[in-house]
Amino acid sequence: MNYADLFRVTLPETALELAALLVLVVDLAFLRRAALKVRVTVAALLGVAGCGAAVWALGASDGWGFRFDDALVLAQYGYVGAAQAGILVLTALTLLLLIDSDFTRHVGEFVAVMLMAASGGLLIAGAQDLLVIFVGLELLSLGLYIMTAFAKSSGKSAEAALKYYLFGGMSAAFMLFGFSYLYGMTGSTNLSAIDAALSQLHPGPPPLFYVALVTIAAGLGFKIAVVPFHLWAPDTYEGAPAPAAAFIASVSKVASFALLVGIVSTRFVPVYPAGAGFVTGFVIAAGAAAGSVVIATPAFSLIVVIAVASMVLGNLAALAQTSVRRLLAYSAIAHAGYILLGIAFALANDEGTSRNSNAVLYYVLTYGLTTIGAFGVVSVVERATGSDRLDSFLGLHKRNPLLAAVLLVLFLSLAGIPPLVGFWAKFNLFAAVLGVSAGPVPFALVALAIALSVVSLYYYLQVLKRVYVMPATDETPIKAHPVTLAVHLIIAAAVVVLGCFPALLLRWIENFHRVM
Amino acid sequence: MFLILHPNSVSLLAWTIYLSFAGSLLLALMPRGKPVLSRWLALAVAVAGLAMAVQGFVAGMGQGLVTLVDVPWVPSMGIRFLLAADGISRVLVLLTGLAAVAGVLFSWNIDLRTNEFFAFYFALIGAVYGVFLSFDLFLLFVFYEIAIVPKYFLIAIWGSTRREYGAMKLVIYSFAGSAMVLIGLLAAYTTAGSHSTGLIDLAHAGLPVSFQLWCFPLVFTGFAILAGMWPFHTWAPTGHVAAPTAASMLLAGVVMKLGAYGCLRVGIALFPHGLDPWGFSFIGIGSWRNVFALLAIIGIVYGALVALAQTDFKFVIGYSSVSHMGFVLLGLMTLNQIGVTGAVLQMFSHGVIAGLLFAIVGRIVYDRTHTRQLAELETMHLSRRMPFAAAAFVVAGIASIGMPGFSGFVAELQVLIGAWNVNHWWVAAAGIGLVVGVAYIWRAMQKAFFSDLLPSAHVLEQEHNHAFAAITWPEVTGVVMLAGVSLFVGLYPKILLDAIEPAVKTLIAGGGQ
Repeated sequence: MNYADLFRVTLPETALELAALLVLVVDLAFLRRAALKVRVTVAALLGVAGCGAAVWALGASDGWGFRFDDALVLAQYGYVGAAQAGILVLTALTLLLLIDSDFTRHVGEFVAVMLMAASGGLLIAGAQDLLVIFVGLELLSLGLYIMTAFAKSSGKSAEAALKYYLFGGMSAAFMLFGFSYLYGMTGSTNLSAIDAALSQLHPGPPPLFYVALVTIAAGLGFKIAVVPFHLWAPDTYEGAPAPAAAFIASVSKVASFALLVGIVSTRFVPVYPAGAGFVTGFVIAAGAAAGSVVIATPAFSLIVVIAVASMVLGNLAALAQTSVRRLLAYSAIAHAGYILLGIAFALANDEGTSRNSNAVLYYVLTYGLTTIGAFGVVSVVERATGSDRLDSFLGLHKRNPLLAAVLLVLFLSLAGIPPLVGFWAKFNLFAAVLGVSAGPVPFALVALAIALSVVSLYYYLQVLKRVYVMPATDETPIKAHPVTLAVHLIIAAAVVVLGCFPALLLRWIENFHRVM
Repeated sequence: MFLILHPNSVSLLAWTIYLSFAGSLLLALMPRGKPVLSRWLALAVAVAGLAMAVQGFVAGMGQGLVTLVDVPWVPSMGIRFLLAADGISRVLVLLTGLAAVAGVLFSWNIDLRTNEFFAFYFALIGAVYGVFLSFDLFLLFVFYEIAIVPKYFLIAIWGSTRREYGAMKLVIYSFAGSAMVLIGLLAAYTTAGSHSTGLIDLAHAGLPVSFQLWCFPLVFTGFAILAGMWPFHTWAPTGHVAAPTAASMLLAGVVMKLGAYGCLRVGIALFPHGLDPWGFSFIGIGSWRNVFALLAIIGIVYGALVALAQTDFKFVIGYSSVSHMGFVLLGLMTLNQIGVTGAVLQMFSHGVIAGLLFAIVGRIVYDRTHTRQLAELETMHLSRRMPFAAAAFVVAGIASIGMPGFSGFVAELQVLIGAWNVNHWWVAAAGIGLVVGVAYIWRAMQKAFFSDLLPSAHVLEQEHNHAFAAITWPEVTGVVMLAGVSLFVGLYPKILLDAIEPAVKTLIAGGGQ
């Protein structure tokens, strides 16, 4: 055990933690009497600088394959570098949007908590060990609970935080329970060691393995907000302060999906043939009947059922929403469903794994980017009109044409309209799924996902209709902070440019892979 | 690097796309409250696009497929930014150029958010140009989907009767259709296992016949929704009626052609065996070809009959579009040289004539009378008070019913000859549509313009005091241009047929080029 090595491996995380401490010190020691605006700006800029330092540290560590003892395995796969860079960029964008907010006087603490949560995200993105996974997840989650509760004067914020915390605590307990079974069966906390040990067992893994699988799925399902572990999402998205909600919807999603890809890539999940009598027996039967036995493993079936339920419920429930934040929450559930489809098929074979994990990463990174912008616009409108109801968006194109145009681009991208990046995210993902296996089952699943994205266009257009079409009830201009506006324009421009040149981001992610 | 200019001036065609999108962006950034400037800019962009289209058409005469731009776009998936043009593309690009100019002329009176109107307008036009020039499967699809959203805003913001409903219906139908197409294309892409998504490469990939048999109807139906194929046509009348004049001109003039073009360029070219017999037959229907021909014929007859029963002038034209697009689909299903050529010519012809009809009904008449109810128009003596409109509608009506001398005659005749060679009954059934076509145009013409109620002195004085606004120069120009084109093509169809025939020949012979 060499602490110098440990320090070197965790350089990005350390950079974030140091930045968090620095923000606290500067804010509490030097800026006590300064105006809130100054404090927010300083804290956010320091945070952004911390993210920049962490990105530099990512590049500085030699390759992304360092393995520290067997206890702490970080960043073993190439995609991790891309995910971590994405986490840092998204965190920086969220911090920049924070500059124009006044929900709390304790900005130093808020920024510090956000940076620490982001470092938790960095950890889980690269973790290959049960303990590290759990520590990273808790670091991330605790930060999120605190951030959700930060608007102390708002009852909704407290309610949202409490719900989030209770659900989160419960699912963390489930996951830890599952981890303990895995450890008990194999005597190791390292994912690849667990894999090796499990494959030694004859005639196959004991029933406890499936219990562990389900409880772990509950824990991870909570993090990515998929049905049936999604109940916290609408309330939290609605009640949390906008930067916190944006962070939950983007950074936390990217990190959790990176973790999921990491777990799937070690392949301890898929190698076992279908167990009879499993919850998802009918899917297995369908898959087997269709001749695609290869992919009909319990883990596969479990993920597919969750994915389909999320796509269907997320999209249908979003239709009925009148609060734009809740609409975004349900659409997030639907998007998580699409992504899970990609993950399910990453289980099929080695080639599928790398291609699908690229597609999943592409999807979740671009989704995170888009959704930060969407929450940013919602928060500007909310501050001007006092609510995030659909009708608050009436006549936005007159009240602030730039923000309206940004919202148009972002929502159309979320709906998957080309040439915006959201289209390529879906396209890539579905092509990857069909590339792994072109049997009737994947085909039907992709067809369902595409059909549901038609439904999603309807509810995104409900918002855009109010922005552009319906007459305004109030035409006073909405002012946005110049930094906020600039961030939105950058995000919208990125969505357009990455959509017109889809190869840019794809190649970037693939190159991370090639480093390995 | 992305905009490579070949010495060959056919490559100017690619610039129609860039120009339209640039124009759209420029118009979106224009200051509000300067409608005159926006109008002239829009006209300049449209005319420049038309000039390029004409230049490309003239330069392309006698040439086959000309590649305009070919650069890798998504190398890892084999997707290329591949623009090319054969005779069919050149004819349809020409149509788009004409429709774009005419649409701007007939939108001259739009004062509400003028710059935004034209921004959405040119986003749509640019996408349409893009579809007609794309020779990469997914590039074509991308342009096809770009065309969806501007339509929504054009109709929902500037439309009339039940505009939000009409706009949403149209968008959901279009997007559902394109979802079907996307599913089919993804399946074809993965099944072919090819490293190129070029249309021609995929056509040569040799997709298994059994695969083609189920993928073809999916893709064909997806595209045909936008072409107004019965029973998926219901978006068309409501959408056309709700749309502002320029948008209904574009919808009928070019957007429905996108669907038909997709059916031909992607559906038939990529899955030629999808039309093979199933090996069994049920009440005389033994292949997808029979199914779609039947739907096309039902569309022809049903659209015409429903048009006959309408009380709203614009609905008459809306349903007539469904009927005329049926001829396009029927022509495609003949799968022979003359029938498919006729279908392509019909796309051009209907684009021009329907544009003219919608312009007269929506702009010249409705913007002055503020009603489209035939019963009310009947009391207005329009032939006397708006002689220009009446004369224009007579010309457009004659063109629409397929009178020799206008483009519609040549096109529908070829379709029917092609159909005769396949199945006599198809012609007999479609003939009913032709006859009813005469009836509904005549009925509408008589009711709207030539009612023989004699006015009393009092009515005459009232009419004198409330004279309609004079016909403006953009309207005259637009009418003369569209009617002139239809007449010219009717008298000298060879000019388009020379371009269409060789392209159709290679397309139906080899599945690709």
